[in-house]
Amino acid sequence: MWKRGFVGAAVLSLVAASAYASFFIAPTERTMGLIQRIFYFHAASAWAGMTAFSVCFVANLLYVWRRQPHWDSLGVSAAEVGLAFITIVLITGPIWAKPVWGIYWTWDARLTSTFVLWLLYISYLLLRTLIEEPDRRALLSALFGIFAFLDVPLVFGAIRWWRTQHPAPVIMGGPGSGLEPTMRAVFFFSVFALHALMAFLIVERYDLEKLRTELDIVRREAEAL
Amino acid sequence: MSLFANTTVLLGKELRTEFRSRELLTTTIVFILIVLVLFSFTFDPLSDEARRFGAGLLWLAFLFAASLMLQPCFLREQPNDTLSALRLSVADPFAIFLAKLAANTLFLLLTELLLLPIFAVMYNVQVLPVLHWIVLVFFLGSLGVSIAGTALSAISAQARMRELLLPLLLLPLLTPILIASTEVTSALLDRSPYVPWKGVGFLVAFDVVFLTALWLFGEYLLEE
Repeated sequence: MWKRGFVGAAVLSLVAASAYASFFIAPTERTMGLIQRIFYFHAASAWAGMTAFSVCFVANLLYVWRRQPHWDSLGVSAAEVGLAFITIVLITGPIWAKPVWGIYWTWDARLTSTFVLWLLYISYLLLRTLIEEPDRRALLSALFGIFAFLDVPLVFGAIRWWRTQHPAPVIMGGPGSGLEPTMRAVFFFSVFALHALMAFLIVERYDLEKLRTELDIVRREAEAL
Repeated sequence: MSLFANTTVLLGKELRTEFRSRELLTTTIVFILIVLVLFSFTFDPLSDEARRFGAGLLWLAFLFAASLMLQPCFLREQPNDTLSALRLSVADPFAIFLAKLAANTLFLLLTELLLLPIFAVMYNVQVLPVLHWIVLVFFLGSLGVSIAGTALSAISAQARMRELLLPLLLLPLLTPILIASTEVTSALLDRSPYVPWKGVGFLVAFDVVFLTALWLFGEYLLEE
């Protein structure tokens, strides 16, 4: 129990440190000014969310292959945590866009594809609530998770080709793009901190899911008696 | 029996079931017609406006119709548990999916082609000079819708609230199809029509990706 508290405190101080770094260490951006600082939180959450969805995808594949219930627990935990991070992205994005673009929302490639991604994982969680039997729920939601993840690059490609205001990729973009070194360091520190937070939340959620499964089994046994 | 032979027999069965009653086709056609008429009230359907929005609303109507039309695909096997019989009768369960998705593609394409002249007249757009390209886009789009839709209707058939669930699962998944098909169709309905090969290629890519996924994972969708 104390171990969990210790890890949680460490993760929270990492997140606090990254918030401090993005407010006080990173230099102020020349054209956008202070509002640009939301980027360290916004883009890092997007990365953490995508990592969580990738974890969900791998867990889904492993469940279909091995049929061990813990892969299902990992899948749902990663999907929920990923959804939380993508929700943060969808909220911080418009906060940044209003002063910079003059509007909260535009149907641009990355906004729209992130929104579709969010909807797909909402559907994934919704599907899970609608299937009673645990094995069937695990298998069918894993299969839907696989289809949804395969759809992501297609959604992104389609929207990018045909419906395109989002800033061009700054990180790993083409030549001429890139961040000032301090900004870069602060950004990757935020990415690290939010990944730590994500991993911590997934582990916590996974333990909770395991308890729930055990409780469910006990309840079923009690009903059978 | 080979996969191909199995599929043809099963496809025959799907087509016979449908053409005995023609329930699915008639209801879908009426549904799309209603949607097209209702859409005309939401903007001024003059030729220029229609050229701009026509393709999109046509595909939106097709997608909504498909999400309803694909419901009975696996549901109708449930009352007499004919799905178990199907599974016992074929060596590779992929044949069941191939037959069902071929039938669904055919039904969708048929309704779309029946409605195309009505759409062209109502929204005052020229379709005849580019008819063969339109048929190609309708085919590629419907194939994609049917592949994803057949797979997901196997999932939704096993859940509660299945009538509502299928559109919820299917429609976000079909975003790429909607975008690409709309893009290609509106280029074809343009004053100076052209074929956007990127869009056509994209539709082919979608079909290949999801057909491969169905081939790999299809059998698990039908597990008891």
